[in-house]
Amino acid sequence: MDNKAHPLNSFNVNEKGYYGDFGGAYIPEMLYPNVEELRQNYLSVMQEEAFQKEFQQLLNEYVGRPTPLYFAKRLSEKHNTKIYLKREDLCHTGAHKVNNTIGQILMAKRLGKDRIIAETGAGQHGVATATVCALMGLECIVYMGEIDIKRQAPNVARMKMLGATVVPASSGSKTLKDATNEAIRDWINNPTNTHYIIGSVVGPHPYPDMVARFQSVISKEIKNQLQVKENREAPDYVVACVGGGSNAAGAYYHYLDNPKVGIIAVEAAGKGVNSGESAATSALGKMGIIHGSKTLLMQTHDGQITEPYSISAGLDYPGVGPMHAHLYASGRAQFIAITDEAAMQAGLELCKLEGIIPAIETSHALAVFETKKFKKDDVVVINLSGRGDKDLNTYIDYFNF
Amino acid sequence: MNRIQSHLNKDKKLLSIYFTAGYPNLGDTVPILQSLEANGVDMVEIGLPFSDPLADGPTIQASSTQALKNGMTTQKLFQQLQGIREKITIPLIIMGYFNPVLQYGVEDFCKKCHEIGVDGLILPDLPLAEYQEHYQEIFEKYGLVNVFLITPQTSNERIREIDSASNGFIYMVSSASVTGAKKGFGKDQINYFERISKMNLKNPQIVGFGISNAQSFATATKNANGAIIGSAFIKMLSTKGIEGIPEFVKDLR
Ligand SMILES: Cc1ncc(COP(=O)(O)O)c(C=O)c1O
Repeated sequence: MDNKAHPLNSFNVNEKGYYGDFGGAYIPEMLYPNVEELRQNYLSVMQEEAFQKEFQQLLNEYVGRPTPLYFAKRLSEKHNTKIYLKREDLCHTGAHKVNNTIGQILMAKRLGKDRIIAETGAGQHGVATATVCALMGLECIVYMGEIDIKRQAPNVARMKMLGATVVPASSGSKTLKDATNEAIRDWINNPTNTHYIIGSVVGPHPYPDMVARFQSVISKEIKNQLQVKENREAPDYVVACVGGGSNAAGAYYHYLDNPKVGIIAVEAAGKGVNSGESAATSALGKMGIIHGSKTLLMQTHDGQITEPYSISAGLDYPGVGPMHAHLYASGRAQFIAITDEAAMQAGLELCKLEGIIPAIETSHALAVFETKKFKKDDVVVINLSGRGDKDLNTYIDYFNF
Repeated sequence: MNRIQSHLNKDKKLLSIYFTAGYPNLGDTVPILQSLEANGVDMVEIGLPFSDPLADGPTIQASSTQALKNGMTTQKLFQQLQGIREKITIPLIIMGYFNPVLQYGVEDFCKKCHEIGVDGLILPDLPLAEYQEHYQEIFEKYGLVNVFLITPQTSNERIREIDSASNGFIYMVSSASVTGAKKGFGKDQINYFERISKMNLKNPQIVGFGISNAQSFATATKNANGAIIGSAFIKMLSTKGIEGIPEFVKDLR
């Protein structure tokens, strides 16, 4: 976690809560006191020594950090380049999401909140939130789209075992966007004792920045680990899948201002970018407002938010975090869209070549080699954001195992 | 003085109704407006439906979804309202979320409102700071009133700030909640109504959220200058339709 003020002209947030033209806090007045309280306090709380100490200790001893940076020999041979996998799948609870929930639960306690709400798509963020609530003894309510409850059943069971209440979101497309709407409505209805743990670098300022800072431990570790393995801190490329963009923000964070590092963001093309069933926001979106943030957004001509589609619940979101909108608009990052089919094949390839079953979200990042060729001596770091246990049913149905 | 201000100067408590444009049927907008005025309603908020209405409860969510299915769009609403000032005289406000306005173009949207005779806008997710920095000039150029919300959690300092940025009325959200009809008001709400009334704000205050009948209307307007009824009206429309309006309004005061 980096607590220094951001340098000017960086790809980080400015003092008004914007990344270039994107970001801000487009929230109804009912949310203003909560969001403002967070905005005024998040940096100073994160800078407290006691906070740092507790956060680091939990990351090390509870989450199991640092996570390995693993040189994937057989995958590298296959794709004729040097591939390192940042093993966020080995975090407690099985994905990077827990880095953020540990940070936010400590924040919530500092702000005196005793009730936690969250939204979840794949269920990873819901599980990570339920986990830290169990750890701290706080009430936990998780909103989840009805469709996602069906396709991520093991994670629903996990949340319940951890003591959380899972509330189905049955409005709209019944997926992540709608779960987020319901969580926001809950926050409006519970304005004093509740903290909303948002699961990605989305939502009103200061959430995108706060979540990015909590996730930035990923690239901080990559720097140290690459130094040992390759005698250099910076790879040639860092690759991550983008739903809202939190694992990507964490993996890019310490490289954003180093133009020698190529940043590659992989979005879900679903059945194809132009199939009408896609979640490739950068290709299909226009500037708009979703969940309190001005960002790239999939929408109709009339400004109604459209329903996205991806085989992966964690990428099935019609927006991206404002940081990513800015990385796209400024050309700093290259955006690639990967179909369901290509992602599923790349996921299976990782199983066969490296003995790792990835989350389907992550499989999209692994499919980068479909569309982009790297040089033999390029160092390519792929953020392995999560493991595939939660997706076994989808894999089984897809490949008929 | 704008039309909203002149209507609020009357002695009696102002009754305002919210409905979602395009609900129950696409073509109901103008007939509903005419019936509301004919039955003595003082002001109307016309809801521009949005796919993701964050601040709304189930009733307005459902009416918005249905209105969009019926084919309501920003352009369609403006078409329907063309010539409305030949038919009715009460103040009209468009209430909606900011994204559809942003996509239409804020300046084009304001210009169109001005041409039609819409008096103001309520855009709950367009915050004060953004409005002042980017849009206030445009609103003023077209003589549009922008209405801000306050809630029981809003600090006095911020209420003063909102008061000085307002030029029509302040929308007092009755309690910490999304929209939706509730059963009357408790002690907390009444304390809040009294606290605001003692602040002697320069703008009149109109209470909304959770007002559903004569009793809650009376409680809400004991101190405030008027009240807005939304979800309860929409529920009535979904069972009785436009024919239910006279009785609904008569029962309110
Ligand atoms: C394993 C994994 N990767 C990626 C994501 C996408 O989220 P983000 O883009 O915020 O990293 C999710 C979301 O649920 C996830 O579970």
